[in-house]
Amino acid sequence: MGFDSAKIEEFRNIWVFCEQRDGKLMETDFELISEGRKLADERGAELIGVLLGDQVEGLAGEIGGYGADKVIVCDHPMLKVYTTDAYAKVLCDAAMEYKPEIILIGASNIGRDLGPRCAARLHTGLTADCTHLDIDMNEYVNFLTTSSTLDMDKTKFKMDDVNLKMTRPAFGGHLMATIICPRFRPCMSTVRPGVLKKAEYSREKAEKVQVEMYPVHLNAKDIHTQVIEVIKEAKQMVDLIGADIVVSVGRGISKDVEKGKELATQLAGALGGGVVGGSRAVIDAGWLTADHQVGQTGKTVHPKIYVALGISGAIQHKAGMQDSDLIIAVNKDEKAPIFDCADYGLVGDLFKIVPMMVEEITEMKDKK
Amino acid sequence: MRIYVCVKQVPDTSGKVAVNPDGTLNRASMETITNPDDLMAMEQALLIKDKNDCQVTVVTMGPPQAEGMLRELLAMGADDAVLISSREFGGSDTFATSQIIAGAIQHLGLEKEDIIFCGRQAIDGDTAQVGPQIAEKLDIPQITYAADIEKEGDCVTVKRMLEDGYMKIKTSTPCLITCIKEQESGSRYMTLNGINDCYEKPLQILDYEALKDEPLIETDTIGLKGSPTNIFKSFTPPLKGAGVMLTGTDREMAASLAKALDEKHML
Repeated sequence: MGFDSAKIEEFRNIWVFCEQRDGKLMETDFELISEGRKLADERGAELIGVLLGDQVEGLAGEIGGYGADKVIVCDHPMLKVYTTDAYAKVLCDAAMEYKPEIILIGASNIGRDLGPRCAARLHTGLTADCTHLDIDMNEYVNFLTTSSTLDMDKTKFKMDDVNLKMTRPAFGGHLMATIICPRFRPCMSTVRPGVLKKAEYSREKAEKVQVEMYPVHLNAKDIHTQVIEVIKEAKQMVDLIGADIVVSVGRGISKDVEKGKELATQLAGALGGGVVGGSRAVIDAGWLTADHQVGQTGKTVHPKIYVALGISGAIQHKAGMQDSDLIIAVNKDEKAPIFDCADYGLVGDLFKIVPMMVEEITEMKDKK
Repeated sequence: MRIYVCVKQVPDTSGKVAVNPDGTLNRASMETITNPDDLMAMEQALLIKDKNDCQVTVVTMGPPQAEGMLRELLAMGADDAVLISSREFGGSDTFATSQIIAGAIQHLGLEKEDIIFCGRQAIDGDTAQVGPQIAEKLDIPQITYAADIEKEGDCVTVKRMLEDGYMKIKTSTPCLITCIKEQESGSRYMTLNGINDCYEKPLQILDYEALKDEPLIETDTIGLKGSPTNIFKSFTPPLKGAGVMLTGTDREMAASLAKALDEKHML
């Protein structure tokens, strides 16, 4: 079909892989579509959502409502449940035919399975877990001015560079790296869920979105893995990413784990209702389940208020919470690194201080 | 039957991460460890070895110092080790890295019942890409985020974790599986006998000369030149202004916090 990833001038438009599970779009799809809209405008290109599934055409409007010009729907019974083989084949077949310039994929457990498989097949570059994307050089320079310690007066840039500049944290956020893929297309990126902002939903745009059905060619011998069952854990999904208030606990609750978790819940309640998170130490010890984990290998959160109770503040933890609007840390070690990124630090025993915090905050609210 | 376990030596980012004045990472000041997810892959391989007659081969790509890590894995129970090391391989991104490792595995041979284990991701790059890219380049099935693995003949059944549950997936070997740490399970320790014997076990070094005839190994698919992605710029984020350390008794601190939150209209 004449696909050569090195002929970069043949590639055009921006694709967003829109992941669905059980016929429901993922929250991160909307973040990617919203970001994709900005990039498409910078590039003067179309933004296209790519939706794979079984009888999922009805979801196209929702994708349009967040800014997609068009949705390519790949509909087939064998796409009902995610398998690497089927999804990679269909996405790569379509990419070889349409030649998109950029493909964005949410860095979910599924996106991180699919992205590298496709990048290897298409012979192109993939940047993992990006937190910031730019095409336009002016936008990128603005970003560096506010988000880096570089001396911008001494840094020269080629202002007509139209590569996608994909910025991601490395080494737990101590270092940021902007990666480009200059010689091959499509330029692929997985994007960290919960980092990019979702646009306003527009019903008008939803109604206007173009839908294109893509003829899927799949048969049983394309698929070498068989999904025997999909189990949803009965527990409720912990909505750490969407929460306005997150109160996390660390190893500091070891003295009385149940009491520590109870105090965190009370404090979250006093602050206006929120979710309890935990550091990796807490998850590894089995005190909270893995869906509560905040940090590099857990979830990235940016709530309005983040409270760290008895968390030392290893960089892996900070990587997941340092962009919170306001950070409060309680720790008995005044040298704990968590205080370096806290807006308010309280040195002391969390089992004594937290009940008082709950009282004082409740009292302050009652006065109003 | 042979199990390949792909491992990486990484800087221990749980210790102090030191950044040079020019914004690059000061690797010399950090200890190196075996990547934690790779130890889980090793454990999964050894669990299969406990029940089956098989050879566990650990494979790494890196500088000559990585031999120390390989000896540790031999002491844990691996049968032999392979170090892929050559100046030509330096500067590789995930695409080129997976190309070289896939080429090395082809060189060593991949049979019908064999499995390749990798960790989900390495803590220095955090990409989680090399495993799936090796699988694609070898044209074999992959299962990522694996928690439990059962093998029977040329068939494996894997519990693959999702954010909101898991899938049970069955596939045929040869295949590639990336492993995660499950709660409560850990990797085993080196044994005294293992440490005693680990210097006697075979360790093969594969350099560019040894691999250059493999179809996957071409000068424009490996190393810096074979890497589709480049670093455009690296930088350190600005330090957030230091916050306020509240003082006084526990009660006074709690009260000043409530007051501060109220003044910021956050209550």
